[in-house]
Amino acid sequence: MEDKFIDIEGVEMVFHTRKGVFHALREIDLKVAKGEFITLIGHSGCGKSTLLNLIAGLLKPTDGVLLCANREIAGPSPERSVVFQNHSLLPWLTCYENIYLGVERVFGAAETKAQLKERTMAALALVGLTHAETKRPHEISGGMKQRVGIARALAMEPKVLLMDEPFGALDALTRAHLQDELLKIVAATKSTVVMVTHDVDEAVLLSDRIVMMTNGPAATIGEIVDVRLERPRDRVALASDAKYMEYRTAVLEFLYRKQAHPAKAA
Amino acid sequence: MNAMLKPESAEPVAAAVVADDKPARRPRRPLAANSSARARQQVSATALKIIAPLVGAALLVLVWQIITMKNSAFPTPAATLDEAIKLFSDPFYRNSPNDQGIGWNLLASLQRVGVGFGLAALVGIPLGFLIGRVQFVSAMFSPIISLLKPVSPLAWLPIGLLVFKSANPAAIWSIFICSIWPMIINTAIGVQRVPQDYMNVARVLNLSEWKVLTKILLPSALPFVLTGVRLSIGTAWLVIVAAEMLTGGVGIGFWVWDEWNNLNVPHIIIAIGSIGLVGLLLEQALMALARAFTYEQVSN
Repeated sequence: MEDKFIDIEGVEMVFHTRKGVFHALREIDLKVAKGEFITLIGHSGCGKSTLLNLIAGLLKPTDGVLLCANREIAGPSPERSVVFQNHSLLPWLTCYENIYLGVERVFGAAETKAQLKERTMAALALVGLTHAETKRPHEISGGMKQRVGIARALAMEPKVLLMDEPFGALDALTRAHLQDELLKIVAATKSTVVMVTHDVDEAVLLSDRIVMMTNGPAATIGEIVDVRLERPRDRVALASDAKYMEYRTAVLEFLYRKQAHPAKAA
Repeated sequence: MNAMLKPESAEPVAAAVVADDKPARRPRRPLAANSSARARQQVSATALKIIAPLVGAALLVLVWQIITMKNSAFPTPAATLDEAIKLFSDPFYRNSPNDQGIGWNLLASLQRVGVGFGLAALVGIPLGFLIGRVQFVSAMFSPIISLLKPVSPLAWLPIGLLVFKSANPAAIWSIFICSIWPMIINTAIGVQRVPQDYMNVARVLNLSEWKVLTKILLPSALPFVLTGVRLSIGTAWLVIVAAEMLTGGVGIGFWVWDEWNNLNVPHIIIAIGSIGLVGLLLEQALMALARAFTYEQVSN
């Protein structure tokens, strides 16, 4: 069970849109072990976000099954919490309230108000935002918003953390900083993570395995790279590491040689 | 978001000069140039904000004056102003049910609008939420709303008179009818337009329907609801004058009709001005309310 904490078998995804039928994903088979960090990488429109939404339960597969801890994924659940690309914080709530909303839902039945408050504050502390407790999302920077989004997801103590290009909208420095923080947090919480990204360095730096997807329509898993780099990882040291370069090249090779992006799909 | 970028970039420069406590010859010239440019900008802003409206008003009075020269039945601006001063020096007198101050008449109309509009909000906003949230309810009511919305609220007045057998509730009834549509429709649109991101958050957090309503739908749809409220109160204020002309009693609409029967044209003009002013104030108040409750939507 440990080595297939998330078990995806023969998943097909077909969308019926106004423009007609769109076959997004075909024959997706993937097993994710507990505590593993997986990144999904591929060109735009390859259905990596669709796959993430399937694991989240926000979408239902046309065919095939998705299991999490041996139970079928029937819908969204706080045990598979999502960090959205655009943070999706509720603008009318403070950072504290945004996190509390999820905490209350998951632990509200069993714990006292004081305990819920403690959990919320702990999540804020985890991402280093204790001082932003009473701020509303529009008062803080993009990087801080994304950190609140991560705190909200982590505060629910999910079995799986799903991240949809969480750092895509941030500048390079903020992104690097948050990646380092994420590595520390994941090391501390031993979370199972599935992350969608389009950044090759991010994928190599963070993942245990990089799942590379072919171009859509009817995209599927092309290759999987096992990243055998020691943790904790240090980005500066890795920059000149031979193995790191090798993994990086393998991903680039896949993306730009084997799956060179078709011009029309831009 | 842009509110964070302060437009007066000259201010911090001046502050820095003071803080440095040096003679600082150099900054003076750019500062002076800056302030004169700013002064010029301010002058043109004042011209646009104050002088232009005044020119417009003067033009209107001029046209009015020309009309009165060609038509002796029409009161001159000066005569109307005299009348207005007389009227507004004692707006709250009561001689008889049919002879009351303009203040009472305006208040009576406002009260009808308030009651009819309030009832419409009580019914329309929850109904709008239901229509926006539940597709079946939407399909149920949409044809009816589409059919009834274009009907003039005054067409409903006889129904009100028939049911309530009295003029005052009938007027309130037509206010109710005219204010309910914008509120239902805008609330429903607001609920349907709640960003999918927020709904996904609600689904992932597995929020209860009550939490979805209070923490997501209500705050997200609030600007739309307030737009509905603003449109409603505008229409209600339009309709009340017409309704009161038909129903009689105390009220600014009835007052206009009464003064027409008395052939007191200055009073009619004053009433038009007052109705416009009250409508403007209502609109401004609701705009301020809407601004206070508008949030920045999802963005990167």
